[in-house]
Amino acid sequence: MGQSSYYVPHDTSWWPIIGSVGLTSLVVGASILLNGSGGLGQFMMLAGFVVTIFMMFGWFGLVISESMAGKYSAQVDISFRWSMSWFIFSEVMFFAAFFGALFYARMYSLPWLGGEGSGVMTNEVLWPTFETVWPSNGPAEIGGDYKVMGAWGIPALNTAILLTSGITITWAHHALKANHRGQLIMGLFLTVLLGAVFVGFQAYEYIHAYNDLNLKMTTGIYGSTFFMLTGFHGFHVTMGAIMLAVILVRCMKGHFTPENHFAFEAVAWYWHFVDVVWLGLFIFVYWL
Amino acid sequence: MSTAAPAEHDHHEEHATGLTRWLTTTNHKDIGTLYLWFSFIMFFVGGFMALIIRAELFQPGLQIVDPQFFNSMTTMHALIMIFGAVMPAFVGLANWMIPMMLGAPDMALPRMNNWSFWILPFAFAMLLGTLFMDGGAPAAGWTMYAPLVLQTGDAFPFMIFSIHLMGISSVMGAINIVATILNMRAPGMTLLRMPLFVWTWLITAYLLIAVMPVLAGAVTMLLTDKFFGTSFFNAAGGGDPVMFQHIFWFFGHPEVYILILPAFGIMSQIIPTFARKPLFGYASMVYASASIAFLSFIVWAHHMFTVGMPLAGQLFFMFATMLIAVPTGVKVFNWVATMWRGAMTFETPMLFAISFVILFTIGGFSGLMLAITPADFQYHDSYFVVAHFHYVLVPGAIFAIIAGVYYWLPKWTGRMYSEPLGKLHFWTSMIFMNITFFPMHFVGLAGMPRRIPDYAVQFADFNMIASIGAFGFGFSQLIFLYIVLRAIRTGEPATAQVWEGAHGLEWTLPSPAPYHTFDTPPDPQLIVKEGHS
Ligand SMILES: [Cu+2]
Repeated sequence: MGQSSYYVPHDTSWWPIIGSVGLTSLVVGASILLNGSGGLGQFMMLAGFVVTIFMMFGWFGLVISESMAGKYSAQVDISFRWSMSWFIFSEVMFFAAFFGALFYARMYSLPWLGGEGSGVMTNEVLWPTFETVWPSNGPAEIGGDYKVMGAWGIPALNTAILLTSGITITWAHHALKANHRGQLIMGLFLTVLLGAVFVGFQAYEYIHAYNDLNLKMTTGIYGSTFFMLTGFHGFHVTMGAIMLAVILVRCMKGHFTPENHFAFEAVAWYWHFVDVVWLGLFIFVYWL
Repeated sequence: MSTAAPAEHDHHEEHATGLTRWLTTTNHKDIGTLYLWFSFIMFFVGGFMALIIRAELFQPGLQIVDPQFFNSMTTMHALIMIFGAVMPAFVGLANWMIPMMLGAPDMALPRMNNWSFWILPFAFAMLLGTLFMDGGAPAAGWTMYAPLVLQTGDAFPFMIFSIHLMGISSVMGAINIVATILNMRAPGMTLLRMPLFVWTWLITAYLLIAVMPVLAGAVTMLLTDKFFGTSFFNAAGGGDPVMFQHIFWFFGHPEVYILILPAFGIMSQIIPTFARKPLFGYASMVYASASIAFLSFIVWAHHMFTVGMPLAGQLFFMFATMLIAVPTGVKVFNWVATMWRGAMTFETPMLFAISFVILFTIGGFSGLMLAITPADFQYHDSYFVVAHFHYVLVPGAIFAIIAGVYYWLPKWTGRMYSEPLGKLHFWTSMIFMNITFFPMHFVGLAGMPRRIPDYAVQFADFNMIASIGAFGFGFSQLIFLYIVLRAIRTGEPATAQVWEGAHGLEWTLPSPAPYHTFDTPPDPQLIVKEGHS
């Protein structure tokens, strides 16, 4: 038998409670801001953001140093793998809520408002002129006239960019396993770059939507689902690109070996996840 | 308060003391204790709100609180009991017991374990803080249906973000439990040798990971509808208020199994111990739990039969819901079969367990009645629904938690509770619980709607009886608090096995369990000897 090989930190850690204080300050500040008290709200949000970032630096720094010190056995590695997998699954379910809203609106809400099935009286009495179409800002045309975001301009380009970044990160992973440092750093660097270009294009698209198309969050159900889905996705791409950049720095410092590089793989999984979500977005938000 | 419990086991290397210990601990037993005390405090806070409700309903007419505050009380009572009392209690029991049951040195990710807990006090401070805000605490019901909930005052964003924080806590806790169960089992602890409490928690953890993010998405859409002009739940913009109900109940129905599956696990530990027989149908219990979890994803619209749904939808959700009675029936059958011809004794945990089997089954039957779509048109939003879910949650989830505390308290503290006082607590709880909730069936069937501060005079007698029962039940829980504190301070020393019929790795450890257990894995032979199959 012998001593368990599993690393259990027998000391204490201040990082979780610091994280709780940071998160709470962030959301209390946001609540105060939303309720209309700007100054205090902004200050608390900023403080909460700084504390949360501080916590992430400290906590991840500690984990990296423990990893470098060889404290994590193969069994600990498996815990990390299960945890990251199920975390990504929870993220999938988070997006599922918004995709659910999109499908429900397109398949049920709008047809019923247009008089289909049991919605016939709703249409007749409330909105007799409304006909079901997609995209739609609803029978009251909330947000006013708008133009639809086309699929085959920037969105198609962004699809190509993300798919390419999926290839470059796989290339980097193979290079890491084959111990080719140059290719690893090049592959990762290209992935970060592609991620940054994606986010830049997305920002340009948003500006275009607001300024030229009059397509806003307030543009009925179309604008709501469009900006909620692409917005949360863009946020996840941004987080993923930051994580990739951290991994790139760690690669340059030589933190990983061909056998032992779970942090790299975790971020790669995450990157593939945002990639797959984007495909869903491209098909159901932009294209069909 | 929380420093009292594990003060006994100090025979260990240096670890922090005082407040620092509890803020920064990474030990699964410390964190389990924190969860359990937090849950206990929230149980009293939520219970106090229930008594405000019952005091107002003691007589028809408006006596004590204004209607807006009454609605705040029903809303906050539910949110606090569900997310603050029952769920943290189960996570606390999981923290204490799962590593010991599996022969593991701790939870898989000890620091994240600390964070899962320490988000909760902040989240509930935010939620309780809304009581003092302009417009009062949330009052649109715990289900937060749009558009009513969008009329909430300053409390609105605080409620939304506190739910986000609770969700983060639950998902991290669930991920930790999954990783622990899948990766930390001692050699020889195969999946089908795991105690059923571990099995039911594994399945519960999957439910949590799958549906808490959906709740987060739903409340995020409420937030943007209120503050950023989106139209998710606004028909004028092409959305639909009913869509909120669909998304909410996609979370909400699995949530009710999150609140009961660990209770099934506790029952499956306690009943064999006091029947002195192995659990009847171990494998079928595992499959039944998994079936219940699977079905829980395809029944959600039984909460919405009256909103206007295509006939095919009503039929599908009715039959799928009734199907759940099959695996649930398997479980009840197995518990009864375990007791059949057992050498039974009736210590406090067993008393609570037996009353669980009977009273939870009553709640299950009223659930079956509610599943019948045309009948539900009559029952919907009546006190019959209130009676139903309190029968599955009070003598269901809460009795199971209480039974688990009596059952494992000697292992945690090394001391026995007072058996006569425990029996007093059981009989008062069980009798007052039925006095409180049984009359609600009658007023509900007679047409009394739920969530109202005033009612027609013909419901007066049964409401008065229910209110008397509620105060009796509430004060009975003070006996529980006294019993626990007394056991910690002056209880008789407990043996390692504690209960004559108890089997499992946790009972091979000394009582109280040392601060660190199974730093070296147990002998696989021991696992086979203590195991089920
Ligand atoms: Cu349900």
